[in-house]
Amino acid sequence: MTIRLRVNGTDHTVAVDPDTPLLFVLADEFGLRGPRFGCGVAQCGSCTVMLRGQPVRSCVLPVRHADGADVVTLEGLGSPEAPHPLQQAFIDEGASQCGFCLSGVILTAKAVLDEKPDASDAEIRGALGGVLCRCFTHARMLRAIRRYADGLKRTR
Amino acid sequence: MTTRRDFLKAGGALVVSFGAQALLPRAVTAAPAGAFGTQPSHIDASALDAWLAVGADGQVTAYTGKCDFGQGIFTAQVQLVAEELDVAIARVTMIECDTAVTPDQGTTSGSQSTPVNFNTENLALAAATAREALLEMASKRLGVPVGRLAIADGTISGPGGARVTYGELVGGRRFELPLRTTAKRKPPSAWTTLGKPVTSLDRVALVTGRFEYVQHVRVPGMLHGRVVRPPEMGATLARVAAASVRGVPGFVDLVVRESFVGVVARTQYAAMVAAERLEVHWKPGPALPPRDAFFDFLRRQPSRDQAAVDSGDVAAALGRGGDRVIRARYTYPYQMHGSVGPSCAVADVRADGVTVWSPTQSVYPTRSCVARLLGVPVETVRVVFKRGSGCYGLNGADAVSFDAAILSQAVRAPVRVQYTRQDEMKWENYGAACAIEQRAVLGPDGAIAAWDREAWVAALGSRPGYDRPGNVITGMLLGHEPEPLAIGPAEPPKGKLNNNSNAVPPYVAGCIAGACGGEGTIRSERVVTHTVRSPLFTGPLRSPLRIQNTFANESFMDELCARAGADPVAFRLRHLRDDRIIGVLRAAARAAGWQAGPRRGRPPAGEGVARGRGVACVGYEGHNGYGALIADVDVDVATGVVHPRRYIIAHDCGPISNPDGLRNQIEGGLLQGTSRALVEEVTWDERRVTSVDWSSYESLRLDYDVPAIETVFVTPAGVPATGAGETSITLVPAAIGNAVFDATGARLRDVPFTPARVLAALRDAG
Repeated sequence: MTIRLRVNGTDHTVAVDPDTPLLFVLADEFGLRGPRFGCGVAQCGSCTVMLRGQPVRSCVLPVRHADGADVVTLEGLGSPEAPHPLQQAFIDEGASQCGFCLSGVILTAKAVLDEKPDASDAEIRGALGGVLCRCFTHARMLRAIRRYADGLKRTR
Repeated sequence: MTTRRDFLKAGGALVVSFGAQALLPRAVTAAPAGAFGTQPSHIDASALDAWLAVGADGQVTAYTGKCDFGQGIFTAQVQLVAEELDVAIARVTMIECDTAVTPDQGTTSGSQSTPVNFNTENLALAAATAREALLEMASKRLGVPVGRLAIADGTISGPGGARVTYGELVGGRRFELPLRTTAKRKPPSAWTTLGKPVTSLDRVALVTGRFEYVQHVRVPGMLHGRVVRPPEMGATLARVAAASVRGVPGFVDLVVRESFVGVVARTQYAAMVAAERLEVHWKPGPALPPRDAFFDFLRRQPSRDQAAVDSGDVAAALGRGGDRVIRARYTYPYQMHGSVGPSCAVADVRADGVTVWSPTQSVYPTRSCVARLLGVPVETVRVVFKRGSGCYGLNGADAVSFDAAILSQAVRAPVRVQYTRQDEMKWENYGAACAIEQRAVLGPDGAIAAWDREAWVAALGSRPGYDRPGNVITGMLLGHEPEPLAIGPAEPPKGKLNNNSNAVPPYVAGCIAGACGGEGTIRSERVVTHTVRSPLFTGPLRSPLRIQNTFANESFMDELCARAGADPVAFRLRHLRDDRIIGVLRAAARAAGWQAGPRRGRPPAGEGVARGRGVACVGYEGHNGYGALIADVDVDVATGVVHPRRYIIAHDCGPISNPDGLRNQIEGGLLQGTSRALVEEVTWDERRVTSVDWSSYESLRLDYDVPAIETVFVTPAGVPATGAGETSITLVPAAIGNAVFDATGARLRDVPFTPARVLAALRDAG
């Protein structure tokens, strides 16, 4: 089946088995590195991408459900030369160790703050309940998200 | 995207700078053992050119056998080279862990691999040697004595404007010098690049999704493989119904060797479907010992016994103590590395050579085992490290590298193997389960008169090393045995005190034939470990055996403090004589505003939250890093939920390479330790491991309300660097448990501290 996807602003068509998880298409057909295979059962968040503006777990989403959709991955959020302010906050707070979980952390945090820019720390944490970081960089990540959220407040 | 050509290009530049001769294969069996207890590499680690190359443009390329898994040593090593060579960080290119081009430095692991420590004798020495050599060259070239030359960012200048750059002196040519053991490293007081909080050099790529993990390695013509594991430990292959996968679109091949089963397909999805559909029949393995009586089971098994220290008079001292002997048993479960990304590797087995892109901590040992499994000469195998998800020790990285090699050899094409979550969780080498029994007696002066510690440790397999592929699942399925356990009684301790696993409590004198290597004062001492065959694979997991032993030692010390009616800090200090552990304990107490006095641990009246404060300290591996942790903990008396609110840690690892990187490691260690103290435990039923995903193996998630962390660095003058990656995690279970006692009088002796266990301990205390 031919699938049409707009990924990080670029249009693609790809012929794959429509049951293929979106993650495999992004990683293997388009060479994207942001979303990564973590559990295959939507328990950890490593494969998170934004689909039609919402964070989804691409490891369990058959690509046919994404046909014609707009997908944004961690690399679509910002570039090394011009990181998104949330990515910049992670750089400023030194919020990474192995970094494997970052798609889930950053995109989920962005989604909650897109919806509610004045979210409290408890609300932000609540949204991250399905996200796992096994290096336990929790404290720095939450500081980074707070830094970004405070920046949003100032610019409003 | 990484191609084989890119890798060869990266290696190729080096081949030019080293000359082709360096890469000629050599009969490995005939050559002497390498400098790190390893099989020899074609790279001569005693030669400066093995470590550093200066380009005509002044760029410095450094080669290291120690790799970065997220712990930050890539950055710290770049700092190290920049510092010792007097160049800017941007001038340094670091090539890590590639058997074609980097020296054999064995395994990058734990606190053996902290940035300054492991390089004291090699990369640092190379950089210091190079700096001296460059100064001598400049002195000749400029006609100025070395003493009057100065260096700034790779340019050497003398009086009157005379100057020459590194590139002009040696650019594009070899040094042709041996490492000089006399080369002077800079003292920490002179550091300008080391010792500074440099942001991790991978960070921008990580947060913008550009970083290339091993999961992203793509080779032209690459196929996708999956393994199909037995349902349980010890199960062997009966038969495979090959027809069950023939119709899967994209399916390429089924690979069966002994009990190893794998499928290869054109896409990841096809490989996944084929692995799921493949009909495999297994002969069952033995039943597993019941989990609820597991520690009693361990005690009944034949064991290999080791005595770290035995003064010979402990039984008599305890006998005199009669009913005043204080006893406690502590247990620690199997726990997982539980990498967030299951292991992955890519192998390309060709007639003219083998390349494996691997997340292993041990490129040279992996190369040796791959050669053995494939039946090819070791010189024809190249293992290139590519970072995977954080590993925290021996996760599935080595096994998956073997899997990829086996599949690639079978299908004669490059194969990428991606483990599923289950593949990883059911078959990784878990952190060892142990039971630790403690006995002690107080003397008439109230001090501890005798300390007797006996542990039962479950062990099976471990790192494969150079010749033990059976130490991990793939090797075992291919018919290789794990390292056998030599059952037998303990030899009397001899030589220098070995406290590599923190078994010896810091409070004992650690005397062997009159030489006392311990950190404490108790002379009547016995420390025995019984290692028994584990029903499940085990291996190094961050702070291997150290977190278990320190939990038991520091919890028991707290029980002794309570029995003595003494202040936990003062009572510890009373039995310590090592300045550095004393230093961190005092520093932590000061920073926390520790209120002296005995902890009675009265049960709280009524429901609600009880608050307590606990302390634990350690000399990691005896003298490889020091830490003291004070934990403020809430205990919900009604629910049994334990919640640490604040950690104050004093940490001494000698001179610090990168304070920001170190803080990151300390913080991560404290929270990982919290997760392991509170929720992590491998479970099983009659036959099989039942911890197979993140709902059946718990981990504290990002929604956890993390405790505040305050870190105090203690850095005595003139001391060498020690380990730093595992000190903080080692302290956590004991500090939490001791705080729970302070809050409630309930003593937690079994990790993890689940609400059910806490409620039971509260009932016992009440």
